Amino acid sequence: MNGRPQIGGVRETFAPWDDPGARPLVRFEGVSKAFGETAAVRGVDLAIYEREFFALLGPSGCGKTTLMRMLAGFEQPDAGRILLEDRDIQAEPPHRRPVHMMFQSYALFPHLNVAQNVAFGLKRQGLPKAEIAGRVDEMLTLVRLQDHGRRRIDQLSGGQRQRVALARALAPRPRILLLDEPMAALDKKLREETQFELMALQQRLGMTFMIVTHDQDEAMVVADRIAVMREGEIVQVGRPAEVYESPADRYVAGFIGDINLFEGRVETSGDGLVRLASAEGLFVAEGAAPVGATAWLAVRPEKMVVHSEPPPAGPNVVAGRILDYGYLGDWTTYLVDVGAGRTLRAARANATRTVDRPLGCDDPVWLTFAPSSAVVLDR
Amino acid sequence: MRRERSGLAAIVPLLWLAIFFAFPFLLVAKLSLSDTALAMPPYAPRIDWSQGLAGVRAFLAALDGETYARLTQDRLYLDAYLSSLRLAAIGTALLLLIGYPIAYGISRCPDGVRRALVMAVVLPFWTSFLIRIYAWIAILKPAGLLNTVLGAVGLPAINILNTEAAVILGLVYAYLPFMVLPLYAVLDRQDESLIEAAQDLGCTPVSAFWRVTFPLSLRGAAAGALLCFIPMAGEFVIPDLLGGSETLMLGKVIWTEFFANRDWPAASAVAIVLLATLTVPIVLFEREQRKVVG
Repeated sequence: MNGRPQIGGVRETFAPWDDPGARPLVRFEGVSKAFGETAAVRGVDLAIYEREFFALLGPSGCGKTTLMRMLAGFEQPDAGRILLEDRDIQAEPPHRRPVHMMFQSYALFPHLNVAQNVAFGLKRQGLPKAEIAGRVDEMLTLVRLQDHGRRRIDQLSGGQRQRVALARALAPRPRILLLDEPMAALDKKLREETQFELMALQQRLGMTFMIVTHDQDEAMVVADRIAVMREGEIVQVGRPAEVYESPADRYVAGFIGDINLFEGRVETSGDGLVRLASAEGLFVAEGAAPVGATAWLAVRPEKMVVHSEPPPAGPNVVAGRILDYGYLGDWTTYLVDVGAGRTLRAARANATRTVDRPLGCDDPVWLTFAPSSAVVLDR
Repeated sequence: MRRERSGLAAIVPLLWLAIFFAFPFLLVAKLSLSDTALAMPPYAPRIDWSQGLAGVRAFLAALDGETYARLTQDRLYLDAYLSSLRLAAIGTALLLLIGYPIAYGISRCPDGVRRALVMAVVLPFWTSFLIRIYAWIAILKPAGLLNTVLGAVGLPAINILNTEAAVILGLVYAYLPFMVLPLYAVLDRQDESLIEAAQDLGCTPVSAFWRVTFPLSLRGAAAGALLCFIPMAGEFVIPDLLGGSETLMLGKVIWTEFFANRDWPAASAVAIVLLATLTVPIVLFEREQRKVVG
């Protein structure tokens, strides 16, 4: 590690994608797929590494599920190749691929009990009876359902069904486990618990997971890397912190978390600093951009500092009035009207229990941010 | 969880069942316990209402199971009974074999085609049942459509009219929609992702069908079988028109006893026995349903 500050303040050790010698487990090469006239996936290149927890993130209809279904074998790409351990799997039907999927609907077999569901894939592999029984027990213990083997599926709660689906997909030890919106049907609290359980499970088993989700928080929590998709294309691939702190463009910046954007013209650029003239004022941010070009400054709400007294004159100051605020317990989010119909968001951590002069609606405020807190975007 | 329901809504079906099922059933049951008589109507005893309660008591005392004893003495009844069940069983088996692929095929079709095909299955109901059975006579008779076509291509003629084969053909033809529709309903509702999950876990498309689609469609098959078997066992028109004098079925026996022999008690007793027998599969099916639904 060099002395450079790390993005997001997280120290990274697992990073096979930075190693040019590492061979990816799965590779998408120029994969495209259209349904009739609509292109679902367009020229996707992607590499997923052994033991990685990889997330495909995007709004519904962005092609993330189609991409996953192509890996499982339920859809055929119109162009490009999908390689699993350097082997083109184009010709292999779903039942031959060592890739298992956990379906969004769970797709548990209602005519089989919990243990029979988990044993389903193992039986197809033709394992001896004793080994199947052992593996089923092991899997059910793993998902904490060891006493539920004889239950019928309709006797289970939503969370239990989700775990049966997980155990069933894991039991035949796939090379990669695909999770299609695995937590969409769970309530918020259970979802958060399950996210951490899923991560722990993936670590413990040392397996490769690929998750499809439209929930950015979920992707941020569970994934080693996130691929953000839009209209069939991959916009950015990176660690959660990279995607959050250094979004590739305004789409990614807006899709992951909240963002304040300032559009302006680049006045000067040099020494790692960009000066931007915008309708809201003059801004300075770390980065580089061609002089004279249109650019956007992106600042996260929590990196905005809220002042109730005017700060000394200088760049990176926006004056406004509190339009509304939301007290979230750990944070308070302020909506600040800065004139010309523009509102900005600022978030403040509630680090102390009491405040001498709390801010309220209509209070005048000044928002500032450090040059290192803003990102310069050219698209 | 089941909400407490008010019993008011049950009045309409109960009233209907009382008027059109319970009352006629009791009437037939009473008839079956009576004796034939050369009278109008042709049975005894009858309640003498002028005697009041004593008349009712005298009437009840005169009822007996003699007619049922008579049924066991004449082989005709037992033969007709067994033959009815046999033909209904053969018909049901054939309907399952023919109806299942039809229902499965329809359920796999694209949306528009599927609706059209379901419509086509129901379409024959728009023509009179009798006309459709008469049409089979025209097809199957010695110089009918079937033999004309067979003769034209140089094949020997087939004469099956007035045989059991014609009856079975007629049964299968007439009852096919009752087999296809419940099967289709179950197959169409089946979650596509179950098949994908089966394939994902190592099933070929064929084995995914046998391990998932088929077991999950058995309920539809049972419903269809019940819907066909019961009315087929009591069928009258088809054996009468296509089976000639050779085929023995309970529907015809009841008709003969009632209209030809004017033996109303015997006709009633046969009907009651048939009803009692057919309740067995219904009860079994119900119990199975309850097990599945939980």
